[in-house]
Amino acid sequence: MASELVFPGETVPAKHVNLKLGPGLLQQATLSNPSESSVVSTKAGLLQHSANRSKWWVDSNARRYVPAPQESVIGVVTQRLGEGYRVDIGEAHQASLDALAFEGATKRNKPNLKVGSLVYARVSLAHKDMEPELECFDAQTRKAEGFGELKGGFVVRCSLKMCRQLLDSKHFLLPLLGGKFPLESAIGMNGRVWISAKEPKQIIAVARCIEAVDPDGGGMDAVEAKAFLETLDA
Amino acid sequence: MRPPSPSIPEKEFLNTALKQNLRLDGRSPLEMRKPTLVFGPELGWVECSLGKTRVVANVEAKMVKPTPERPFEGIITIHSEISPMASSEYEPGRPSDEEVTITRMLDKVIKRSDAVDKESLCILAGQRVWHIRLTLHFLADAGNMLDCACLAGIVALRHFRRPEVEVIGDDEVIVHSPLERAPMPLAIHHSPFCFTFAFFADPETPPILDPSQLEQRLSAGTMSIALNAQKEICVLQKLGGVPQQTEEILRLVKVAVDQAKELTMTVDARLAADWETRHVEVR
Repeated sequence: MASELVFPGETVPAKHVNLKLGPGLLQQATLSNPSESSVVSTKAGLLQHSANRSKWWVDSNARRYVPAPQESVIGVVTQRLGEGYRVDIGEAHQASLDALAFEGATKRNKPNLKVGSLVYARVSLAHKDMEPELECFDAQTRKAEGFGELKGGFVVRCSLKMCRQLLDSKHFLLPLLGGKFPLESAIGMNGRVWISAKEPKQIIAVARCIEAVDPDGGGMDAVEAKAFLETLDA
Repeated sequence: MRPPSPSIPEKEFLNTALKQNLRLDGRSPLEMRKPTLVFGPELGWVECSLGKTRVVANVEAKMVKPTPERPFEGIITIHSEISPMASSEYEPGRPSDEEVTITRMLDKVIKRSDAVDKESLCILAGQRVWHIRLTLHFLADAGNMLDCACLAGIVALRHFRRPEVEVIGDDEVIVHSPLERAPMPLAIHHSPFCFTFAFFADPETPPILDPSQLEQRLSAGTMSIALNAQKEICVLQKLGGVPQQTEEILRLVKVAVDQAKELTMTVDARLAADWETRHVEVR
């Protein structure tokens, strides 16, 4: 994989018959010839592409979340409205979550979330001029698929790169922690990770390990993280 | 925008963990985060960090005419404004309650505790005095910005050197450049440090020193003690309505005394180490 540093507004040489653009890239019509288009980057980072050069994206780290459709996020309910909830997902605006966007929810039987509850939801609508919308079920199957209210546990805040790494099944941290004690986790793409374990000290150990491995914090690798976990009493 | 208050699971977890004397960053309840001090190339520029909380303090001096009420005293002003750089919850322009508390406390700890001798800042009575301006920039808020700001301010004042001046006759003042004559340190009587304790509504939860951002937000009250290594309390301020026993307050004051002694040694060592690097050969 090639990696090249790009800045916002730079033209990217992405060309493929079946081109797929990932985060940080935008297709624009050329001013002189509207039938042609070029690809420009919208954020600074390392330009990456897949082996056959059909998928392109910009890899960068940030702390502020910008929602994108179909990403799973963890939010805090900040307000109850008649038809739904306002949820803080760490973005510049509050997201809205419809009370009917839950598994098995009907007009009569709505979920009862309090202000301050945590929800694990998927971004169903993200547009630069509109408020983001969330849903807690799969719109096709109407099943929860793990989304919904998160009870108990604790939320750790980390950088956006860290939570993307945690979602990678090849990343070392969660298997390392899971080998030590059973734990439950829900990873939001908005830099929030919900964790639950039996003992408070185990949750604290997870929180401190995530902080230590975070490229924005300690930046430890697998060996260092293992040694660090040994020093924690969990 | 006021930040949304921490979620219910966060609140519940923090309370259960604290009851077992566990803190999220692995500290014991009465343990402070290790402060780190970084000195800039200029004298009087200090960056102080407590964990992820970071404050930059800068001191500068200029000559002004003293106020007619106090013709023999120099002037010290503290500028502290929390910009949105510290955290997205702060807005420019309108000071939040927290900012007002921090500004007032800084004024009490640094100015009104008479840490800096104001009369030594007088050059010509009624004509010329030094105006010392301390500016604090809050770069990142991870809890307990007050202690960090007080530490940064005091260290910056001790690090600062003002140019030497000479008075000839009645009205002639010569300011010597640092290249001609070594600049003078400010006359500092003592170095007060501030320590903040947080109390929780649940009586079983122990008080904690140096609260992190989440702990600070969930606490029911705080107590800030400013004191120096000579056990002289300069300010004791208790906010919030958690009544405490006299013995408990005295115990916390003792904790603060030990912390102040330790911190004084660290600060002295760091200032001495920095001064070592600034030796200029005199020919």
